[in-house]
Amino acid sequence: MEEKRTSVINQPVRKKDAMSLVCGKPGYVDDGTPSDCLAVKVLRSPHAHAWIEDINTDIACKVPGIEAVYTYKDVPQKRFTLAGQTYPEASPYDRLILDRRVRFVGDGVAIVAGENEKAVDKALKLIKVTYQVLEPVLDIHQAKDADVLVHPEENWKALCDVGADNQRNLCASGLDEDGNLEEVMDSCDIVLEHTYHTKANQQAMMETFRTYTCIDPYGRLHVISSTQIVFHVRRILANALDIPKSMIRVTKPRIGGGFGAKQSCISEMYPAFVTWKTKKAAKMIFSRKETQTAGSPRHEMEMHVRLGAMKDGTIRAIDLYTLSNTGAYGEHGPTTVGLSGHKSIPLYNSNLEAFRFRYDVVYTNMQAAGAYRGYGATQGLFAVESMVNELASKLGIDPVAIREKNIVREGQKAAAYYNEQMNACALDRCITKAKEMIKWDEKPLAQDMGNGKIRAKGVALAMQGSGISGMDVGSATIKLNDDGFYALSIGAADMGTGCDTILAQIAAECLECSVDDIVVYGADSDSSPYDSGSYASSTTYVTGKAVEKACVELKKRMCRIAAKMMQCDEEELVFDSDGIRTADCSQKVTLGEIAAKSMNGNTEASQVTVTHSSPISPPPFMAGMVELEVDKETGAVELLDYVAVVDCGTPINSNLAKVQTEGGLAQGIGMALYEDVTYSAKGKILEDSFMQYKIPTRLDVCRLRVEFENSYEESGPFGAKSIGEIVINTPSPAIAHAIYNATGVWHRELPITPEKVLMGMLSHEN
Amino acid sequence: MQIVLWINEKKVNAEAAPDMLLIDFLRAQGCSSVKRGCESANCGLCTVFVDEKPVLSCAMLAVRAAGHRVVTLEGLQEEAEGFGAYIADQGAEQCGFCNPGFMMNAIAMFRENPDPTEEEIKEYLAGNLCRCSGYEGQMRGILSYLAYKKEKGAAK
Ligand code: FES
Ligand code: FES
Repeated sequence: MEEKRTSVINQPVRKKDAMSLVCGKPGYVDDGTPSDCLAVKVLRSPHAHAWIEDINTDIACKVPGIEAVYTYKDVPQKRFTLAGQTYPEASPYDRLILDRRVRFVGDGVAIVAGENEKAVDKALKLIKVTYQVLEPVLDIHQAKDADVLVHPEENWKALCDVGADNQRNLCASGLDEDGNLEEVMDSCDIVLEHTYHTKANQQAMMETFRTYTCIDPYGRLHVISSTQIVFHVRRILANALDIPKSMIRVTKPRIGGGFGAKQSCISEMYPAFVTWKTKKAAKMIFSRKETQTAGSPRHEMEMHVRLGAMKDGTIRAIDLYTLSNTGAYGEHGPTTVGLSGHKSIPLYNSNLEAFRFRYDVVYTNMQAAGAYRGYGATQGLFAVESMVNELASKLGIDPVAIREKNIVREGQKAAAYYNEQMNACALDRCITKAKEMIKWDEKPLAQDMGNGKIRAKGVALAMQGSGISGMDVGSATIKLNDDGFYALSIGAADMGTGCDTILAQIAAECLECSVDDIVVYGADSDSSPYDSGSYASSTTYVTGKAVEKACVELKKRMCRIAAKMMQCDEEELVFDSDGIRTADCSQKVTLGEIAAKSMNGNTEASQVTVTHSSPISPPPFMAGMVELEVDKETGAVELLDYVAVVDCGTPINSNLAKVQTEGGLAQGIGMALYEDVTYSAKGKILEDSFMQYKIPTRLDVCRLRVEFENSYEESGPFGAKSIGEIVINTPSPAIAHAIYNATGVWHRELPITPEKVLMGMLSHEN
Repeated sequence: MQIVLWINEKKVNAEAAPDMLLIDFLRAQGCSSVKRGCESANCGLCTVFVDEKPVLSCAMLAVRAAGHRVVTLEGLQEEAEGFGAYIADQGAEQCGFCNPGFMMNAIAMFRENPDPTEEEIKEYLAGNLCRCSGYEGQMRGILSYLAYKKEKGAAK
């Protein structure tokens, strides 16, 4: 009798590429591609807003080793977006590869390609540009309907109805509401109103943007890029270069972190254009400075919240207006803003009688924003969670108790969450567990330690989605090979999160084999089955489900081949981990035999492809609680303990879920306390290196304690929802809350630096 | 100019421009484990050993390494595998881009201080940034590796 196989779901399976990564084996764009190719760099605008009157490249072209210099005169004149989204994209078509109007400090002015970096650097300095400097739009409050337009051009175009209007500097605007807001507000005991502000944080993935391009033996453009979205890159480049999609192949090697940055096509178009023009291989590696100033950071948002409640803490109405700054271009502008309301308001669903969520997304002459983990939910949750903490404090109710009274519960339908039903929700259990872990009920909100420090606690909740409902698709191809091992082919991109392994675990569970028996290959736009890409917390939930379904189909397919071998009816056969047998066990063929048969006189493909898309986007939930100390003399904040309890349905890989959470918390802590993007009066970003843009080091991150409270999401693979994004959302509001408890001052703008804490304490005393 | 140095125990005779950084020189010599994460000597990704001491190869000219012994992770594969397995068992390798610099500096730490406290570990590795892991998994990996070494030492 065979042993019962143990499940590989919710196990700490080692990542398939783990040993190669820890040993520093070559795997990334710049490791695996030839270096004797053209080096590509971009001349960038020193002005926030200018018109190129004249550009002279004659001398630059004469520098020895220079292959080509391109300006706005050389590029196609059809606008496109760099946002990696399903077509038709919500983001307006507002870009050219190079434009005569430059719209932020760092916008592209010219592309230089040459034999080596030195020659290119020299040529960059020799390009003569005469700018007509224009007045920039640098104030988000003045942007809408300003006299100065960021995109006055006639061929600007919005493909979707997102309330965009380039003649008003609007990238998007909209409204969602339910119930009679003003009536409910009027009958509330208390109505609070505040404005919150979050900045344009940088993803700061360790591998900057980079792309290698060459012409393959078929004369097609082969793009090897550090990207989360191979299929979207193919379409975007076809738009940008104005060539047929059939002429482009996009593959991705290992990726040194993405966090959403690589959900936009930031570096690809430059070397792609060079290679397409010259037919020579080319490579562009963004410097850290370029990544910080011409990348795709989080949308800066200002959120005005009005909250209506009763004295007993019942939350009855929420009114949110979000003003989002998309910068010079609209990548992800219309979509990120939606999450600021749709993934914050529904948290307080239980007693909510009315809500209104309005937003404007404005163009400015600042760095174009993009996608960053959390995607708007992070910003909205900072506002709404802070507001709920303010309410608790005003009413003198315990901030956890006020949540327990109002949070969304399993089985509820949430009007503010696209009217979806919450089929799997363990938020209540997450709160209870977090409370126990940090001993919430045993500790005061704040306590003077007598040594110049005040110790305080804070709390915040979060939700996110799992994939984009009814839109994004995931696919999987699974194939039986010689000896009976399987090859799983996916179009989702593992950016370090481990999705190759997670999807292999799902396949192994379905096919009752070891994870080692599943070989994973992805992602290649030529050969992978179509996948929207790795973003929107979709890979485990959407692509994972496609894998599960594909395995079911493959079993049927194997039965069909086996039926011919055993000369019986396929209905009589069952899958049996290492083979196919008759229901009564009288006959059996092994996987190896089926595989051999599939390659010999066979007419049934031993492979299947299944595509999946979900009509719903089940939210994961989370509770975060922090304990910290504020130094009364300096305003310094020291984190002592952070507990996080997550409901991601079923965690597929217990290690990776945990590390995802810890990594997200660290990024959230950086956002709360250190990471800032500020501009000079002329629109230049001041934090353009890791010297000024401080991401947390291991000395800044405190003890992070992560636990899971599982729910079971029927529509996900083995009950799974998502985890990748939600984990960044709780630190900002929880830390702001604890700092209030310590100092009596609400910080409604991030980051909360020691200077701000100190100034706050000083003015509070007076 | 022409320089002679040892890279991973191999004598190398190569051309290096006076302003070439050691990181670029090493990558050109095939040591692709050496990664660049910044231009401001802030990230630690480019850490290599020069005469057994960890240095940031982005902050050193290649010509200054002339006559010296340079070691990259390519030359420490056995140690990397031994220790790295503990990182892998935590899932803390994540995207892996910071791993080589982190591994180099961790190995340097183990040599210098075979029994560090948690605080000492954090201090020693403070210059090695990681954006993916939140550092906790790396710490768990280091601690379980140290525990294993101790156990092995005690058994001897
Ligand atoms: S590359 Fe960042 S420290 Fe050397
Ligand atoms: S693992 Fe990605 S930066 Fe450390």
